Amino acid sequence: MTVQLRDLGPIDCDVHPPTPRMAELLPYLDPHWREVMVGRGIDGLELASYPPGSPLTARPEWHGPDGRPGGDLEMLKREVLERWGVRYAILNCLHGAMAMFSEDMGAALARAVNDWIAKEWLDRDERFRASILVTPRSPELAVAEIERRASDPRFVQVLLLAAGETPLGRRAHWLIYAAAERLGLPVGIHAGSAFHQPMTSLGWPSFVVEDYVDQATTFQHQLLSLIAEGVFTKFPRLTVVLIESGVTWLPAFLWRATKEWRALRSEVPWVDRSPIEIVRDHVRLTLQPVDAPAEPERLAAVIEELGSDDLLLFSTDYPHWQWDGDDALPPGLPERLLSKVAVLNPRATYRRLAASEPEESVREESVARGIVS
Amino acid sequence: MVRHVVAPVAEIPPGGRKIVSVAGRQIGVFNVGGEFFALLNRCPHQGGSLCLGERIGLVLSDEPGVYRYSRPGEMLRCPWHGWEFDIRTGQSWCDPKRTRVRTYPVAIEAGETLMKGPYQAETFPVSVEADYVVVEL
Amino acid sequence: MSDEVLERRREEGIRLGVVDCDIHPMLRSQKALLPHLSRRWQEELETFGLRTRNPFVGSYAFPKATPALSRRDTWPPAGGPPGSDLGFMREQHLDPYGIETGILQVLIPSGKDQRNPAFGAALCAALNDWQIAEWTEPEPRLKASITIPAEDAEASVAEIGRCARNRDFVSIFISTRTADPLGRKRYWPIFAAAERHGLPLGIHTGGSNGMPMTPGGWPSFYFEDHMANAFAMQPLLASLTLEGVFEAFPQLRVVMIEGGFGWAPALAWRLDKHWARMRSEVPHVPHPPSSYIRRQVWFATQPIEEPPNRRDLCTLIDRIGWDRMVFASDYPHWDMDDPRLAFKVALSEDETRAVFRDNARAAYGLS
Repeated sequence: MTVQLRDLGPIDCDVHPPTPRMAELLPYLDPHWREVMVGRGIDGLELASYPPGSPLTARPEWHGPDGRPGGDLEMLKREVLERWGVRYAILNCLHGAMAMFSEDMGAALARAVNDWIAKEWLDRDERFRASILVTPRSPELAVAEIERRASDPRFVQVLLLAAGETPLGRRAHWLIYAAAERLGLPVGIHAGSAFHQPMTSLGWPSFVVEDYVDQATTFQHQLLSLIAEGVFTKFPRLTVVLIESGVTWLPAFLWRATKEWRALRSEVPWVDRSPIEIVRDHVRLTLQPVDAPAEPERLAAVIEELGSDDLLLFSTDYPHWQWDGDDALPPGLPERLLSKVAVLNPRATYRRLAASEPEESVREESVARGIVS
Repeated sequence: MVRHVVAPVAEIPPGGRKIVSVAGRQIGVFNVGGEFFALLNRCPHQGGSLCLGERIGLVLSDEPGVYRYSRPGEMLRCPWHGWEFDIRTGQSWCDPKRTRVRTYPVAIEAGETLMKGPYQAETFPVSVEADYVVVEL
Repeated sequence: MSDEVLERRREEGIRLGVVDCDIHPMLRSQKALLPHLSRRWQEELETFGLRTRNPFVGSYAFPKATPALSRRDTWPPAGGPPGSDLGFMREQHLDPYGIETGILQVLIPSGKDQRNPAFGAALCAALNDWQIAEWTEPEPRLKASITIPAEDAEASVAEIGRCARNRDFVSIFISTRTADPLGRKRYWPIFAAAERHGLPLGIHTGGSNGMPMTPGGWPSFYFEDHMANAFAMQPLLASLTLEGVFEAFPQLRVVMIEGGFGWAPALAWRLDKHWARMRSEVPHVPHPPSSYIRRQVWFATQPIEEPPNRRDLCTLIDRIGWDRMVFASDYPHWDMDDPRLAFKVALSEDETRAVFRDNARAAYGLS
């Protein structure tokens, strides 16, 4: 598959630049917050969902010389952009700004991280795109940041953590969704917890691996919340991207959600279509990790159970160690999905990517590359 | 098709219902504001006694937080899994095309007409003065 | 879902005796507990009542879809709540469905979830005695599950020891929502006792532990509460596996009840995949997590999965193992399954025997 994927010029929908340390962010903070960060010795705001030394956090060869997960710009260009002939890579910076209890400090940090991304990454390679970090504790401040950064078309998505304060469908978050819809930005929900609540409804797991396994359940809760609260009825043009969700829980989730809906829909009458239809129209999932048995034919069977070819978006999840060798595309992914997953679905999802290219040239290039006939 | 006399009209007032046994089938006869409907008393989902379910209204919504309540008493909620069915059509709300309960034609006939036949009255005598609910199956 | 299909299946029926792993007996009223409580705890019950981590005195945090959580046609004609009248249960459920063995799961009230732990332990004991006196002794088809104050392992082990002598108890009941993930060491004495007495753990949906119902806080609707039953099973099984419970207690049998089972294969794949990457963190789990699940866990069928493509149900069970599925009705609750109609695909005779009877006999050690 390697060669074919390269030939398509894929769009990598989940790439993690190294999380900036405070020293790197200081130039992007205003004098007050700079003084606060230095004066209080605030640093180490990597998210606890991804301990820097954990095997998951970075594949062995994807550490920088200082051990930093993801290395640096050059490593990322080499291992992602060059290796796969990537057309665009969407940078999701997993920074603790998203988990800060202080709304104001969270907003100041989110702002700094977004400006750091723009200057240190987007300006340095035109293939980079990025998600806008926000502080969901304050929807008003989140919207202000979305509006501020959305004027730059290289920001293509709003980023939220999978587990925060209150379920993501709840009306508390609607200002954020309204802004995202208005500005044509999908909302990306990324694995990880702000740890403002226990990681599971049964309390705190013991192990990193357990935490990570349980993330798939977190996505199920949140997707159900988005459906139940009527987010997609209220915001009919909104797309949600589940990033690093594990993917294969989805078919059984949809069966059960549809079954529950048939029984209980009058409690949530705004859910006027089955969850299967809602997800098909509004929800996308990045590819890695894809939790599946090793046998290719078994993965293929699960992919068919998704019931739509439009759902999956190519991602390497660099530098997270989700796959070995060159298996960025899991063996067993049906051949017919290749161009959809690599290019067409991402382009349909992130409309800002398409907007930056003239329609005509895209068409010609797509034919030349064999993406469309 | 045989027409079965199942009840005097007066026995099933508006909002009322009667479960009758006709030709080995249990059928629910419903009075919706003076109109009569007959449904098989078995949910197409898992066989629950659908016609024993609550008669409810239809709640719809154009946006979260808004509850548009209409057609009180015209929907039937299965006593088992709560699926909603339209008493007028037998269609389920969630999957109207594929999931529906069998319906039967119902007519109101005067006792005088019934005396002439051919009708199968159930276990009660027919009187010329009264009107009757007649189910066809 | 045409009527024709249903009629045919109904006629076929289930010809063999069915083992139903989930029947909920209910107290006619709280007074039914009094004969089984000491004077001290009678007073507690009558004065302060049942207290759990829940905002309301007499309702659930998420009000249910139906009164008493039950099918509307299960209210006994002689009075009392659904599930409280043995005669009516026989007439409506045990006899017509050919239930050979019905395993009782006392969901309400919950001794485990009482805020006063000593009262919770007394309540568990009373419910256990009540099951024997009012259900299994008069009706030999019914078997009981030992309710335990699971947050207090020492008291739980004592209660298991007290009850296990009576062969009418065939399992140990724990609801999913425990105060810590169930694999934690604090619960291990319970697993040791289960293994020692040869009783499977029936882990049944429900319970209240005071934790937010989702990792991102409290949801809004019963729609979410009810579906979260399937979600809570997943971290629970992850915890049992990754804490090494199955490795430490290789004879322990676990039955997952009323959480559905569609989620199970994806969870097992995910466990294996990420365990392989991070196994240095869990050296006490030397084998792939799925191998323990395959060896020691059974899944109750209710609420049955209903994929739009009906054959997907068989594929799903192929992935879990046909020898791992046990039928459960959840009578008299509203989301119950009818043994004759729950499966929308035709099962072979072997599959039918396995799912409706033989697997449960193996899981529960029934003869």
